[in-house]
Amino acid sequence: MLTLHELDKVYRTGTFGTSDLHAVRQVSLDVRRGEVVSLIGESGSGKSTIGKMVLHLLSSTGGTITFDGRDVTKLGFRARRDYYRKVQGVFQDPFSSFNPIYKVDRTFETLRRSYFPRVASGEWREKLDGALAAVTLEPDDILGKYPHQLSGGQLQRLLIARALLLDIELLVADEIISMLDASTRIDVLNLLGELKGRGLGILFVTHDLSLGNYVSDRVVILYKGRVVERGDTTAVFDDPLHPYTRDLLASVPHLDRTWEEVEAEEAERTRRLAGRCLYHEDITAQGRSLGDEAESVDGVPNGLGLVEHAPGHFVGCFRKAAEEDCPAGPAVKP
Amino acid sequence: MALAVNDLKVWYRTLRGDVKALDGVTFEVADGEIMGIAGESGCGKTTLGKALIRLDTRMKHVGGTVVLDDDELPLADDAAMRRYRYREVSLIPQYAMSAMNPTRKIGRMIRDLLAAHNVRYAEVLPELERRLKLVGLETDVLKRYPIELSGGMKQRVVLVLSTLLNPSLLIGDEVTSALDVSSQKAVARALVEFRDHGFVKSMIVITHDISVLFQVADTILVMYAGHLAEKAPAKTIINAPLHPYTKMLIGALPKVGDRYEEQQLEGIEGRPPSLLEPPAGCRFRDRCPLVHDKCAEAPPFREVAEGHHVACWAVS
Amino acid sequence: MRKENGMTATQPTAGPGAEASEQPGVAGSPKGGRKAGGDTRETLYFALRNPKVLIGAVVVVAFLLLGLIGPAFLKYAPMDYAGPPMAPPSADFPFGTTTFGQDVFAQFVAGLRSTFLVGLLGGGVAAVIGMTIGFVAGYRGGLIDELLNMLTNVVLVIPGFVVLIIINAYLGVRSVPMQALYIGIFSWPWVARAVRSQTLSLRSRDFIDLARLSGVGVGTILRREVAPNMYSYLFMTFVLLFGGSILTAASLDFIGLGPTNAMSLGLMMNQAVQWSALHLGLWWWFIPPGLGITLIVGSLYIMNVGLDEVFNPKLREM
Repeated sequence: MLTLHELDKVYRTGTFGTSDLHAVRQVSLDVRRGEVVSLIGESGSGKSTIGKMVLHLLSSTGGTITFDGRDVTKLGFRARRDYYRKVQGVFQDPFSSFNPIYKVDRTFETLRRSYFPRVASGEWREKLDGALAAVTLEPDDILGKYPHQLSGGQLQRLLIARALLLDIELLVADEIISMLDASTRIDVLNLLGELKGRGLGILFVTHDLSLGNYVSDRVVILYKGRVVERGDTTAVFDDPLHPYTRDLLASVPHLDRTWEEVEAEEAERTRRLAGRCLYHEDITAQGRSLGDEAESVDGVPNGLGLVEHAPGHFVGCFRKAAEEDCPAGPAVKP
Repeated sequence: MALAVNDLKVWYRTLRGDVKALDGVTFEVADGEIMGIAGESGCGKTTLGKALIRLDTRMKHVGGTVVLDDDELPLADDAAMRRYRYREVSLIPQYAMSAMNPTRKIGRMIRDLLAAHNVRYAEVLPELERRLKLVGLETDVLKRYPIELSGGMKQRVVLVLSTLLNPSLLIGDEVTSALDVSSQKAVARALVEFRDHGFVKSMIVITHDISVLFQVADTILVMYAGHLAEKAPAKTIINAPLHPYTKMLIGALPKVGDRYEEQQLEGIEGRPPSLLEPPAGCRFRDRCPLVHDKCAEAPPFREVAEGHHVACWAVS
Repeated sequence: MRKENGMTATQPTAGPGAEASEQPGVAGSPKGGRKAGGDTRETLYFALRNPKVLIGAVVVVAFLLLGLIGPAFLKYAPMDYAGPPMAPPSADFPFGTTTFGQDVFAQFVAGLRSTFLVGLLGGGVAAVIGMTIGFVAGYRGGLIDELLNMLTNVVLVIPGFVVLIIINAYLGVRSVPMQALYIGIFSWPWVARAVRSQTLSLRSRDFIDLARLSGVGVGTILRREVAPNMYSYLFMTFVLLFGGSILTAASLDFIGLGPTNAMSLGLMMNQAVQWSALHLGLWWWFIPPGLGITLIVGSLYIMNVGLDEVFNPKLREM
């Protein structure tokens, strides 16, 4: 349904805009109906930038975005409005998402004025009640209140209800639960799971691996703007290939293992893989030649992109930066 | 020595009345112990952290005592507490790393801070450098501006700074919250190292993230709506909690490996009570699946097993 | 130790600590039912109950009424040689007379009119120009922002007062509206800057993004989302412009470049000084106009403080 192909985002920085900042590099991924794809990365990985580009809140500087078969990389105002009937977003800070001086009803009113100008009041009320019920909120608890009178969890669910009013196909959820309490987080996550079951596609941007694992079907791991690993959730978490993914998993504070135990497991694995680069092995196995790899302008490994290690499980070059040596040893020239 | 808190009550003055943020908490922290305080927003954990070192203008000390190393802390007396602050009790407040003056170099900031506590910078410089190296920072960090450092680096600088004078008690409020996972691990480990090296005798780590506490804390104290719910060794809290709130809280945390399709986790319905007029009796009553008549009376926080305290009538 | 990219990459923020941050433990109080179109009515309700707003408004409106309908009740016209010169206040002449025997009260009332007019017009013109430029520059950013900033800086640097003097000196007839226009054209730069920076900070808030996601155009967003958040700020800006215009006009009048066909409070003070009212102890000539300006502008400021509480629901519950 949604496909990103080699999406780029470059910012001009420095005095007089002389240097470039590659926030997103050649990112390719897709989201299908009825599935949750988690975009996992730390700060600076570009995950929020990707979310905003999909929502056309930021413009892309390269690559394409395809939605339902149509190219939506660049959209004029009219086309964007139609796009928003199908694609909506919910953001991290529930209190920042509402205009603090108005009641929360106004968010729905804005939507109504824009997309349902000719709908009668009674019918609109029904629609609203339906959407609120879908997110398990009581209209009487919510309508007529100001944002600061409601909790973060309620506000986030309100925002999801707002998106549902439009019969969307894709929801971009950008860190929507990181500012909520632990006990409400799971409710919102369960809600996402339910919506997924109803056919909604969700791009779930997060930095928290355990949350990503709970509700998503596929994951995309981002590091400094590029995809380093991608695949089915169970495949990636059971058998993480890229060193960065492994580092990430090893740093997560688990509830059933201490860091020491995790490190011991990892050490064993590192020993087995010493002196090898799975990326190279897979590339050669597929008959592509290492010599064809092209360096990108700012020295980040680019070139051949991701390679398919196992069905549906892709991984990128193991080096974190161009200056690093290939794990297979300096003898193997990239 | 140790910290003994007895029936501590700290309330907030507001125009609409007193918010009973901390309403009678009693616990102890032993020497060399790292105690984690977990709870959701509004439970009073930050208030507790602040109360042990400095009451701000809105807070008032209503009752109870705090004894550190056999010395009762004069909580209500701001001037008298000066003697203890930073030397005996040190606090890393929430958002500490964002509070550094962006126009001052780190070294300069530290110098000013030490001067305010009558410590000469030149005297502690060797120790300062040693500790910076210990947490993995280079000493030239002192010559840099805060904006040049990453979140994890800033937090480690704050950690070193707060413990420079070897306080008996270090209180860290959400020290790992705004960090990336890898920085989180580094900072959490630095905390444990400081305790192991003896720079700090005991530590109180306040956070909403129980999984971090599981990794670094010896004991975990769970708070709810200004009262204590449960206190036990970290492993016990995670694997065999007794209080219904703790159980539901742990149950609401997805582990890497939990899948929505296989087993849906459940949250806790409802919200914590307003602390302006808190209900009598157990404050978790309205959301508790085990509620019964006795709960109208507040359950005492008592020891039900070795080192395991619970405040619940259903547990005995 | 590598530092991360210079860009302010969004760190994962501090988790749920932000939830009930202001007042620990105070859960939201159940408030109000649902009212269609109730927002403006509610605002008015609170506005009328706020003592600062009430008192400020009463004073300003009182002066306004005096200036508007006062002239109909005057016994003497402002420029008439009505009574004994330099007479202190009495029943016949509530504000006494000038050195020429003109009724100070009549001049005062007439002066109020032009004062309000110049304040309103001058302030209005400056407000419209400054706010438009500020909103557009702050919201759009990029090249448009750069160009508008350049424009703002150029106008800021031009010595407005000097140009006003020159313009005023060259033109034959000077009327109050023209004076107001000139003042307005030179007073807006600080408004543009202030509005721009407020807009910039509001722009990064998620509810603006959400409005964009609702298919709403730029103009509508500025009008319905950005500006309402700044209503009290915009009103304050207008108050300052209003007062500033009055004061600038008074300064111009004072040096003799005032309107050639009307009386104004500044002109009164000019004449009072010219005719040595201070030395002669004719306090009733210059104190009323000075006090009048002070009271009007001061009341507007007090009103504004009160309005901040009215407009911001969070402050209201305190």
